[in-house]
Amino acid sequence: MEFFRSHVLICGGTGCHSSGSADVMETFKTELAKNNLENEIKLVQTGCFGLCEVGPVVIVYPEGAFYSRITSDDVPRIVSEHLLKGRIVTDLLYHDSIHEDEIIKSLNEVGFYKKQERLALRNCGVIDPERIEEYIAFDGYKALGKALLEMTPEQTIDVIKASGLRGRGGAGFPTGLKWEFTAKAQGDKKYVCCNADEGDPGAFMDRSVLEGDPHSVLEAMTIAGYAVGSDQGYIYVRAEYPIAVNRLTIAIGQARESGLLGKNIFGTDFSFDIELRLGAGAFVCGEETALIASIEGKRGEPRPRPPFPAVKGVFGKPTLLNNVETYANIPQIILNGPEWFRSIGTEKSKGTKVFALGGKINNTGLVEVPMGTTLREIIYEIGGGIPKGKKFKAAQTGGPSGGCIPADHLDTPIDYDSLAQIGSMMGSGGLIVMDQDNCMVDIARFFLDFTVDESCGKCPPCRIGTKRMLEILDRITKGQGEEGDIEKLEELGKNIKSSALCGLGQTAPNPVLSTIHYFRDEYEAHIRDKKCTAGVCQALLQITILPEPCRGCGLCKKACPVDAISGERKSPHTIDQSKCIKCGACLEKCPFKAIVKG
Amino acid sequence: MSASILQENKEKFAELQNTIDEFKDQEGPLMPILHKAQEIFGHLPIEVQEYIAKALDIPITDIYGVATFYSQFTLQPKGKYSIGVCMGTACYVKGSQAILDELIKEIGVQPGGTTEDFNFTLEATRCLGACGLAPVIMINDDVYGRLVPSDIKEIVNKYRSK
Repeated sequence: MEFFRSHVLICGGTGCHSSGSADVMETFKTELAKNNLENEIKLVQTGCFGLCEVGPVVIVYPEGAFYSRITSDDVPRIVSEHLLKGRIVTDLLYHDSIHEDEIIKSLNEVGFYKKQERLALRNCGVIDPERIEEYIAFDGYKALGKALLEMTPEQTIDVIKASGLRGRGGAGFPTGLKWEFTAKAQGDKKYVCCNADEGDPGAFMDRSVLEGDPHSVLEAMTIAGYAVGSDQGYIYVRAEYPIAVNRLTIAIGQARESGLLGKNIFGTDFSFDIELRLGAGAFVCGEETALIASIEGKRGEPRPRPPFPAVKGVFGKPTLLNNVETYANIPQIILNGPEWFRSIGTEKSKGTKVFALGGKINNTGLVEVPMGTTLREIIYEIGGGIPKGKKFKAAQTGGPSGGCIPADHLDTPIDYDSLAQIGSMMGSGGLIVMDQDNCMVDIARFFLDFTVDESCGKCPPCRIGTKRMLEILDRITKGQGEEGDIEKLEELGKNIKSSALCGLGQTAPNPVLSTIHYFRDEYEAHIRDKKCTAGVCQALLQITILPEPCRGCGLCKKACPVDAISGERKSPHTIDQSKCIKCGACLEKCPFKAIVKG
Repeated sequence: MSASILQENKEKFAELQNTIDEFKDQEGPLMPILHKAQEIFGHLPIEVQEYIAKALDIPITDIYGVATFYSQFTLQPKGKYSIGVCMGTACYVKGSQAILDELIKEIGVQPGGTTEDFNFTLEATRCLGACGLAPVIMINDDVYGRLVPSDIKEIVNKYRSK
């Protein structure tokens, strides 16, 4: 076996990839070659480290030096100083990763990682996802061996049931029960499917698992195939995730070559294979019956349940359908036992949950915490708080199906049930932080706009109802709101929730209802006073020049694209409100802070 | 089917036929074939849909229904450079609307539109998953992040001269 004195791990997740990690990798290759270090230093492209905010991220072991925002220009220094002379380049390190005395903290001492517990993401940022050997070295495919050789299908299902694992795709249905229903369903052919159609805007945990640890999903699906009696799996993945598709394709090829997919796995009678199916940009296909229609090559329209997919799924056959993150938990549950998994989390929600932390937060990225962690811990301790000292206003969870959580509930321990109780939902795990500059009515409008666009149009409550809600919200944000609009929104929302065909429609009013519930005063200010206190809704804004600080320099007049500003040189200028398009160009130009909006 | 289109694009249709042969005996072949067809032709003109309908022996209405249901399939030809402005939540709360407005101003088309010279197509896209870089745009495979409206002109100009 080759021996390397140092390992350089470069994040190849989407966040870091977008900020240029591929160039960093290439430069490392040339620099190592230049210094004749190829045989001493090993370069590894890994999955997501989680801290996307400071990407591209590079970690050098054995020291555990955590370099952040590395560009190709920084690479020669790291190679010549750190790798050649053994001197860590401290000014390139992530600021929170060294003690004051310049001694490096271990990763789990860094604020961002301290409270995290990585189960689903355990291999992300640790192994090279394109090498099956590295997955196997971290106990990969051991759980499959254990299930196939030491357990019956029934015992496998019992372990999952006993673990208390619930679906990580949103609704939180007990996974073991789903497996049992599918196993008991009658059918000559059964399918095991993975829902990787991660569509919630602002959620990228499934993508990171697929990119960082694709084999964990393949292994779990194979275990599921054994448990429910299926020999064919499908992964339905968004076509917008090219890196994930590529790594899955590589992983499936390697698993086949190693005999871990295909005929007679581990020398048993059990055979199983997996195919990829690409989505084509339809959010509704995350709904299980719509996803099944799409795999069959049809329009991705949902249908009423029952029959549930466990009875009648892909091509009319019994089908097990779980989400990526759910699968990523399976191998460890099989290996460590259900008691171990039950020991993490809250009474009714076991294990961990991955959240995609985004929006107005210092540490944007991917975090995995035990169920029951509070929002405050996630936002302030892990996320590092709100940038520029601004005030927290709300956290949005569950994407277009969820709601906004105000500051009063920051200390609620998060699990499936507590989130539902405060009018939001877990959803797939998007967690968007908003500050004082975000308008809650505008955010509700934003989500409704999304659902109206993505509604498949099959059932009237969703097709027509959400459209009517959006029209009302549009009016309100344009300053044309009327008394009674809030009540109309509430009534429409209630009716759509109870009458829409699928999960998309049934949850579509949530962002509106929860913002009305917690931020009714903002709605009222828009409707009655025609004011947007956050300063977002353009139509309600007025840009004015304060006569006191204005020196009459004329810069604003020059900047104005519609000639709305007039005034003599050296005397205060004014804005003609009938001409002003509220572009804010003057605001940026004024050197005396004399122009204000509100 | 107009014979001239078949004639003019002989090689492309031959490639499409290969794809059809590869998938036709699999279950649920339509989506993979449409993905490939769009890769070959750049979009899915009605002639291509007719060809697939015949080859798979299914009604063209089924194909048209699927092609128009999914937002990634397009019946119209696109520009050389596709500019996607991420309108995911993380980008939206960090001001992607202003970026989109600036792009509309800069290249002179609305979202979904293509410039007359077929150089640019502008799109407001779903979450690109690069939330750490919000707000983000993608021009073909190149990602630009942490943007402010004043960055747009320079970025777009890079693709004008190419």
